[in-house]
Amino acid sequence: MFYREAGDFKTSYVDDSQTFPIRFDRMRYYAVLVLGFGILPFVMNDYWANAVFVPFLIYAIAAIGLNILTGYCGQVSLGTGGFMAVGAYACYKLMTAFPWMPMPVNVLLAGLVTAGVGVLFGLPSLRIKGFYLAVATLAAQFFLVWLFNKVPWFYNYSASGQITAPERTLLGVAVTGASTPAWAKYLFCAVFLFALAWLARNLTRGTVGRKWMAIRDMDIAAEIIGVNPLTTKLSAFAVSSFYIGIAGALFFAVYLGAAEVGEAFGIQKSFLILFMVIIGGLGSIFGSFAGAAFLVLLPVLLKNVLVGGLGWPTDLAAHIELMIVGALIIVFLILEPHGLAQLWRVAKEKLRLWPFPH
Amino acid sequence: MKKTFTMLAAAAIAATTAAPALADLVVPNLSYRTGPFAAGGIPYADGFNDYFTLLNERDGGIGGEKVQVPECETAYNTEKGVECYEATKGQGALVYNPLSTGITYQLIPKVSADGITLYTPGYGRTSAANGKVFEWVFNYPANYWDGASVAIKYLLDENGGSLEGKKIALLYHNSAYGKEPIRTLQELAKKHGFTLSELPIDSPGQEQKSQWLQVRRDKPDYVLFWGWGVMNSVAVQEAANIRFPMDKFIGIWWSGSENDVLPAGDGANGYKALTFNGVGGDYPVYADLKKYVFDAGKGSGAGDSAGSVIYSRGMYAAVVISEAIRKAQELAGTPKVNAAQVRDGFEALEITDARLEELGLKGFGQAFKATCADHGGAGGAMIQQWDAAAKKWSLITGFIEPDHDVLDPLVAEDSAAFAAENNIAERCN
Repeated sequence: MFYREAGDFKTSYVDDSQTFPIRFDRMRYYAVLVLGFGILPFVMNDYWANAVFVPFLIYAIAAIGLNILTGYCGQVSLGTGGFMAVGAYACYKLMTAFPWMPMPVNVLLAGLVTAGVGVLFGLPSLRIKGFYLAVATLAAQFFLVWLFNKVPWFYNYSASGQITAPERTLLGVAVTGASTPAWAKYLFCAVFLFALAWLARNLTRGTVGRKWMAIRDMDIAAEIIGVNPLTTKLSAFAVSSFYIGIAGALFFAVYLGAAEVGEAFGIQKSFLILFMVIIGGLGSIFGSFAGAAFLVLLPVLLKNVLVGGLGWPTDLAAHIELMIVGALIIVFLILEPHGLAQLWRVAKEKLRLWPFPH
Repeated sequence: MKKTFTMLAAAAIAATTAAPALADLVVPNLSYRTGPFAAGGIPYADGFNDYFTLLNERDGGIGGEKVQVPECETAYNTEKGVECYEATKGQGALVYNPLSTGITYQLIPKVSADGITLYTPGYGRTSAANGKVFEWVFNYPANYWDGASVAIKYLLDENGGSLEGKKIALLYHNSAYGKEPIRTLQELAKKHGFTLSELPIDSPGQEQKSQWLQVRRDKPDYVLFWGWGVMNSVAVQEAANIRFPMDKFIGIWWSGSENDVLPAGDGANGYKALTFNGVGGDYPVYADLKKYVFDAGKGSGAGDSAGSVIYSRGMYAAVVISEAIRKAQELAGTPKVNAAQVRDGFEALEITDARLEELGLKGFGQAFKATCADHGGAGGAMIQQWDAAAKKWSLITGFIEPDHDVLDPLVAEDSAAFAAENNIAERCN
């Protein structure tokens, strides 16, 4: 009824190729933007920012990054945690070495450093595929964590091996450190997510993205029609690592404030983000958001309902929570192997016909 | 589907906004009863809860104010720890005791900004003992550097005052926790002329074959051990497997509980560990605990850990926190104290032997007195040894004082670095 193409006339190519061709979708998109940038920052408190929104925004960036590599270019990676660590440590070294540098520059440079490291570890992908590549990236994960634990230069020779983000301000407002207001944390991450998601969406619609998908669908065929596997695969690694590096930098500097590489960026993080991408939907930007939301928000929600709402003992709630999240993951994957993004796609198809499906 | 989601969301919002009555004293218990460190987390949380339950049931709280201990599960994970902190701080939390060095490092800047006390007995950031820099953090009665120094002093005693040419291996949890003593041990190695080798074990530490192989190859005279959770019992088992002499294997206080040595059976006999508090169920306070808490069915958890090492330590933390709150009430002249007043109570706290006896805990801990500059206490610790036949720990020394000549400059150096990084001006001058 309200969700339809009919009556929405496109009179130029630009109009015709826009991201949201349906007016309702477009309106919804603007509504989300208004909500995200116009309303939420004003009602944000410490709990909502630190427990819900900031981790969601950061994981969404990481999930988009991994989705570019795994979902769009078909290269399986288990090194996400390690690449996030590169972003975090690059950001830390930049913050402490150049205290005058504005924080967004630090974060972007951390992303670039990670992109370089990602390309380096992406080189084996030119020779090996699938499971073997997964193992190679797994090696990256363990190597990077070991490196940041082993070489004291990375953590500025601190006694405990922890890195702690000093306070940095942007336009007079603290964005890292303990006295950061909740809205500033949220807004800082939200701006990055918005810009990066917009970029990813447009990259994946254009030549670069089409090349990635060609390689994913059949690399030999892609090579025959003129797609250069070297530049394509490495560009996917570079862009993906850039995103993941930014996520790692924000994760350390804005969200945690202090981090320890083995715990914050261990192998569990790689799996967590891979699960986000798989549950959200491979090869979908929306899926990255949905997957991140599912795996970040659901445990918090369950905890609040079980412990806060029903008054269960915390250990019982923690165990039940694991079981519920695990069961839901299995249920989702059985009912919809293509993830939450596919559910959303099906829902949209149905909405187009609603309320007269025949 | 959508409807359930909306309902769940509504329930979640209701749950997050429903705060308890603000009139009570709120001491959140950031515990971990799940995950690889639960073996230590469960008895600690039980001891902590039970003591506050006792105060509420027997005395009607502290100074007539009931104490609420909302529990939040962290699984020893820093992200969940931060979430728990944010979730509970709005309820009027007075003091935090997260029992995790990683979470402590996260919370130090946050509590300093929010004005809430962080109490980390026997763990956390060692240099927080310097109250001139760390206004909101307290770690008395002892910290890791004290522990490292006490262990070395004990070994000096054993070797007639000299460790020249000895080889000591440090086996540690590869995290902020395990790395804490390295700095001190390096200094002590220089001073006493022993060689130190560092063997990290990655968390959670279920796999230690390669480290113990190295111990077998290097044949160190002593092994010092900084482990926690499942890693402890694995290490004791591995040491028994390679027939390392157990009386030359010394754990920090977090590596010396019943759960750590029982799985290795007779092999664990003679294993030593530090402790900064007494253990066992012989203290008079247990009669009250039994009467008011256990028999009344109000015990925390399964109730099977009362009197164990880690349970006693959880109770010790609760004792100190309750005494600090009592002191704060005395200073403020009102039983309804706020977080800033509780901090003053911590800073003015003096635990004497007489006071411990009044509490039914004679000789349970060392007497100490905090000052504006000293948040670290006396730092003494005892050595306990495991008797596998009797299945109990027995104390083999009294309190051993750490080597303050070595530690004080290290604390000053580390806290000065923190002060410089964070632009903190020294207090107490």
